[in-house]
Amino acid sequence: MTPVLEVRNLSTHFMTRRGVLKAVDDVSFTVGQREIVGLVGESGSGKSITGFSILGLVDPPGRVVNGQILFNGGDLLKMSPTAMRTIRGKRIAMIFQDPMMTLNPVLSVGTQMIETVQAHDRVSRAEARARSRDALGLVGIPSPEERLDSYPHQFSGGMRQRVAIAIALLHRPDLIIADEPTTALDVTIQSQILFEIKRLAAEFGMALIWISHDLGVVAALADRIMVMYAGRIVEAGQVDGVLSEPRHPYTSGLLSAVPAAVPRGEPLRPIPGFAPSPLSRPSGCAFRDRCARATDICATEPMLEIAAGREFRCFHPHLWSAA
Amino acid sequence: MTVFVIRRFLQSTAVLAVTAVIVFIGIYAIGDPAEMLISPDASQAERAQVVASLGLDKPLWEQFFTFAWNALHGDLGRSFVFNRPSIALIFERLPATLELTLTGLVFALVLGIPLGLLSGLKPDSATDEVIMTGSIFGFSLPSFWQGMMLIMIFSVWLGWLPSTGRGQVGEFLGVHSSLFTLDGLKHLILPAINLSLFKLSLVIRLTRTGVRETMPLDFVKFARAKGVSEKRIVFVHVFKNILIPLITVIGLELGSMLAFAVVTETIFAWPGIGKLLIDSIMRLDRPVVVAYLLVIVSLFIFINFVVDVLYSMVDPRVRLGGAQ
Repeated sequence: MTPVLEVRNLSTHFMTRRGVLKAVDDVSFTVGQREIVGLVGESGSGKSITGFSILGLVDPPGRVVNGQILFNGGDLLKMSPTAMRTIRGKRIAMIFQDPMMTLNPVLSVGTQMIETVQAHDRVSRAEARARSRDALGLVGIPSPEERLDSYPHQFSGGMRQRVAIAIALLHRPDLIIADEPTTALDVTIQSQILFEIKRLAAEFGMALIWISHDLGVVAALADRIMVMYAGRIVEAGQVDGVLSEPRHPYTSGLLSAVPAAVPRGEPLRPIPGFAPSPLSRPSGCAFRDRCARATDICATEPMLEIAAGREFRCFHPHLWSAA
Repeated sequence: MTVFVIRRFLQSTAVLAVTAVIVFIGIYAIGDPAEMLISPDASQAERAQVVASLGLDKPLWEQFFTFAWNALHGDLGRSFVFNRPSIALIFERLPATLELTLTGLVFALVLGIPLGLLSGLKPDSATDEVIMTGSIFGFSLPSFWQGMMLIMIFSVWLGWLPSTGRGQVGEFLGVHSSLFTLDGLKHLILPAINLSLFKLSLVIRLTRTGVRETMPLDFVKFARAKGVSEKRIVFVHVFKNILIPLITVIGLELGSMLAFAVVTETIFAWPGIGKLLIDSIMRLDRPVVVAYLLVIVSLFIFINFVVDVLYSMVDPRVRLGGAQ
């Protein structure tokens, strides 16, 4: 089966006054049909910029400087802005992090949904409205007909995120990129939204890229997981494998810093130090200054190792009995 | 809404009453109009008679209560100089000022909003630099100097446009205005431009700032992610958000344009209320000054009311009346 999305050697750099900021550096991955992929990493690791790069929504001074983004076989980076617009919202949709900010405060929810329908399909306003209403119903918003005339400030955060999801679903896209869609919500609402998205993705056969810094959320949702650090994917593989037997020291470091994953009574072990400034990344492995296993060889670029469906970039990976 | 209107009406009445007191006492303190009105060689008896006929011999509080009582009956007093009802004098001149300020405002908006959008959408481009530099001139060059330069260039050197007066007044649907004749329009152009240059710069800057603040917001990016066209993003998503600060400032500025059209009216000898005010202050024509200020305050109150209503139409988060 051909993958929905294939990203090859993607590099997105920001040309700032203080130098070139390599937000995304030589990132490659694929997303299969109906697959849910979790993209995890700390703030500033480049995971959101990866998402925006796919949609061609990187704001200046940022620019995709290299790579290919093959979507259903066609390279999105070679497309004209007009052609790209017909993909955005239609074939690839995106859900943003902060539902308080993603809806325009002065336009009614109906207006913002109808314009999405009419941006891609030549249909009457009445039909666009009917489709919007159905989408609202689908994501569990009560009395959707009346809610179309409401404004964003009349919704709670969770409800607004449901509206954003409904907008993403309007055209039944092949791929949804969800950029930390539950981070800004209460825990109880988080799990509802999570459940809702998982159900809808399965129902409509959509692939999903779930960007998050929350390993627990990704563990509950994703089929595959990719761990990003300093603009690169340092480890990728099936969720169960990566979380139970991480190969890259950064992944294991992340896991021992998650409260729920550490047995009760044992101290959390935060990763020492800070992520390097993206303006002055050390050569070689960017994690080596914080890594207990680092040796001199880590000053050179680690190659991508592929073993048993697992990819990682490390000279000194953890070894597990099975490996 | 009804509650809002009633409350606003009561507040306005209070504001008018307070203004009346302040203005009346203020103008009383400036000087004695009898000195200006009565010729120096008039006899003591003639003098006393004039002073009594104008009610100037009474104490301040009595003068005020006579004024207030009459004002409540719709009579704002007679002009000392013209011996006609002061309110009639003002309403005679008001259309000329209204037509001048409204033309100036339309000019500022029609030119300012597109220029501001242009500037804000392409920040730091050559176009932006030119527009911003131009707006600095509009801000910083004094209005009277701009007026004189306009006269010098367009009336004296080029001889294209007349420099003084209101020109021929036409009638359309019962409204008299110089907008309806070619001669009137010619006379209107220079003073309207003079009055609007400052506001134009203000509108440009407000619009530009609004665009610059709104474009990086998440909802603009989200609209792009939905595949909405850039045109719709600018003219619907961004523009409707910019309207909020624009309406606020324009509302306030319209009031000040009306009240301070004085400079422009003086330069271009425009027969509006600004000129009437200056003349009346010089002659200590108390009833006209008081009536003028009360009319201006009423206009301010009315404009603010309109602004609040427009607000609630543009911004759904604003609901008139407060309590729901």
